[in-house]
Amino acid sequence: NKTREQLTKRIDALLSAHRKFDDPFWEELEEVLIMADVGHQSAGKLLDRLKARVRKEKIEESEAFREMLRQELAAIFPEPKSVAVPQGPEIVLVVGVNGVGKTTTIAKLAHRAQMQGRKVLVAAGDTFRAAAIEQLGIWAKRTGADFFTKGEGADPAAVAYEAVDAALKGGHDVVFLDTAGRLHTKVDLMDELRKIKRVLGKKLPGAPHRCLLVLDATTGQNALSQTKLFNEAVTVDEIILTKLDGTSKGGIVVAIALEHNMPISFIGLGEKMEDLRPFSGEDFAKALVN
Amino acid sequence: MFDSLADRLQSVFKKIRGHGRLDEKSVQEGLREVRLALLEADVNFKVVKDFVDRVRDRAMGQDVLGSLTPGQQVVKIVHDEMVELLGGEHLGLQLQGKTPAIIMLVGLQGSGKTTTAAKLALHLRRMKRSPYLVPADVYRPAAIDQLHTLAGQLGVPAFASTPEMKPVDICMQAREEAVRKGLDVLLVDTAGRLHIDELLMEELVAIKAAAGPQEILFVADAMTGQDAVNVAVKFDELLDLTGIVLTKMEGDARGGAALSIKSVTGKPIKFVGMGEKVSDLEVFHPDRVASRILGMGDILSLIEKA
Ligand SMILES: Nc1nc2c(ncn2[C@@H]2O[C@H](COP(=O)(O)OP(=O)(O)OP(=O)(O)O)[C@@H](O)[C@H]2O)c(=O)[nH]1
Ligand SMILES: Nc1nc2c(ncn2[C@@H]2O[C@H](COP(=O)(O)OP(=O)(O)OP(=O)(O)O)[C@@H](O)[C@H]2O)c(=O)[nH]1
Ligand SMILES: [Mg+2]
Ligand SMILES: [Mg+2]
Repeated sequence: NKTREQLTKRIDALLSAHRKFDDPFWEELEEVLIMADVGHQSAGKLLDRLKARVRKEKIEESEAFREMLRQELAAIFPEPKSVAVPQGPEIVLVVGVNGVGKTTTIAKLAHRAQMQGRKVLVAAGDTFRAAAIEQLGIWAKRTGADFFTKGEGADPAAVAYEAVDAALKGGHDVVFLDTAGRLHTKVDLMDELRKIKRVLGKKLPGAPHRCLLVLDATTGQNALSQTKLFNEAVTVDEIILTKLDGTSKGGIVVAIALEHNMPISFIGLGEKMEDLRPFSGEDFAKALVN
Repeated sequence: MFDSLADRLQSVFKKIRGHGRLDEKSVQEGLREVRLALLEADVNFKVVKDFVDRVRDRAMGQDVLGSLTPGQQVVKIVHDEMVELLGGEHLGLQLQGKTPAIIMLVGLQGSGKTTTAAKLALHLRRMKRSPYLVPADVYRPAAIDQLHTLAGQLGVPAFASTPEMKPVDICMQAREEAVRKGLDVLLVDTAGRLHIDELLMEELVAIKAAAGPQEILFVADAMTGQDAVNVAVKFDELLDLTGIVLTKMEGDARGGAALSIKSVTGKPIKFVGMGEKVSDLEVFHPDRVASRILGMGDILSLIEKA
């Protein structure tokens, strides 16, 4: 990427000339951040922190500056909370807008859990979209996870309820509940998620133990609104950022971390079930600015 | 559609229009806010920069339209540039030439290609055409099923592809089948792919070469951020797109990707997806949308009189 190369060169050039960080330099850095979808406001916050540190610590070398930039970026991201492993099955609810990668991410998480020797059930809570159930069914087969479905058109809350039953009976360690993609602005569909959550809690105290919000790394500022409204509906515990194998930087999660202090647990790097990595704030920061 | 971008810009304009005399400083001020509104709507940074520069140049060197206040003139310039950015009148599907006509849908993963194929089938049937849905995504689990299910809901025929077939063969066989069945428009649903995936992009080039489609529509998610331009440019470079479909526009997406993609490819936005149902497709009227974004009903009529 040319802009990023230029920035690195510019940091080097500026500092090798032993000149101060000038306005054009900060403008250029802002441009890099905005082009990575960090957003104007969050980029501003970040720049303020950097400017203060540059002044205070009298930073002059480019490597030191880049290191500081990485530190500041990485420090924004909170660690995912570790969930106390519940008695009985752990119930994981997966939510997000249309097409972000919920179903595929469930396949990846199921694969990972299977590899760790856990007994996995995936439940087809998307009873709405054409062939969503078949899609999850195929993934269940490929990952070796057990599969629960009540068929197309079934009430997703009923699927959730009965999936917990199935897991209790089947002795599963973890249940991943897929849900239909929905725009966060659709009140009735968000209420449906609330209901699913309520039903799970009634069926099994403490469930769902984790709510995962799946975000697409190509998304721009709208991801802020997605995070806010899904969090209001079901209290999001973690974010999973998909499609980072493209050229998008996913910088919107910087804004999300700054505004919502929401941890990111995993990133998606492809369409195969192996293409999931734990999120590292440091690696993410490196990729964002280098 | 574009509501919150519209709100932002309109409040900027209210301020500008309030100025009796408009000096360089207040123009700069106004433009800074226009810039922010566009960036917050995810319009690409470079597109915003060019846009603001053009408006500034014109606003500073403007020929004074006597009957407008300086504030109104700036608003008019922004409007003109916005119409330019979005494109003029609606351009429908161009299906002249060989029968059956072929429409290819391409784009990133999850953007809405399969759903849009079904929506277009309904649109075409309403235009008294006989569409044929062709599933050419042999990779995504149950992608063929998905299109067949939608076809079933619509009562539109769909080609019986299998995941073992090659996408190019699917298209060629589907075309023969369409001729036999007397169907006159093929809607080819391709697998989602990254623009940097050379192998898969080659596959699209091969389908294009073999099938010779009249329309290659780039299906893009309205919530896409800054990278939209890189993706669109790459698809356009390799395939010479004929148009754009913007999906998931019924939410609160500010839709800056639309402005960006149109601006960098020059290709028209032809349709907008406004929901998950097969009937949730709207034809796109750039001129009307530009006016709506800018909330210009009142000032436009003033300008037209001038
Ligand atoms: N390149 C890439 N593609 C991905 C990734 N994750 C998912 N996909 C693709 O994105 C598309 C949508 O994925 P799904 O898992 O069906 O998304 P979803 O959120 O379940 O979609 P809906 O249920 O329709 O809302 C598919 O083509 C996936 O293969 C990723 O990390 N990288
Ligand atoms: N809200 C909303 N959802 C849409 C719209 N268009 C498509 N979708 C949804 O977006 C998701 C992805 O749509 P698909 O048609 O499967 O997308 P695709 O591009 O074919 O996906 P891949 O084949 O995996 O690349 C599904 O949940 C659709 O229902 C729209 O205009 N509005
Ligand atoms: Mg799904
Ligand atoms: Mg598809």
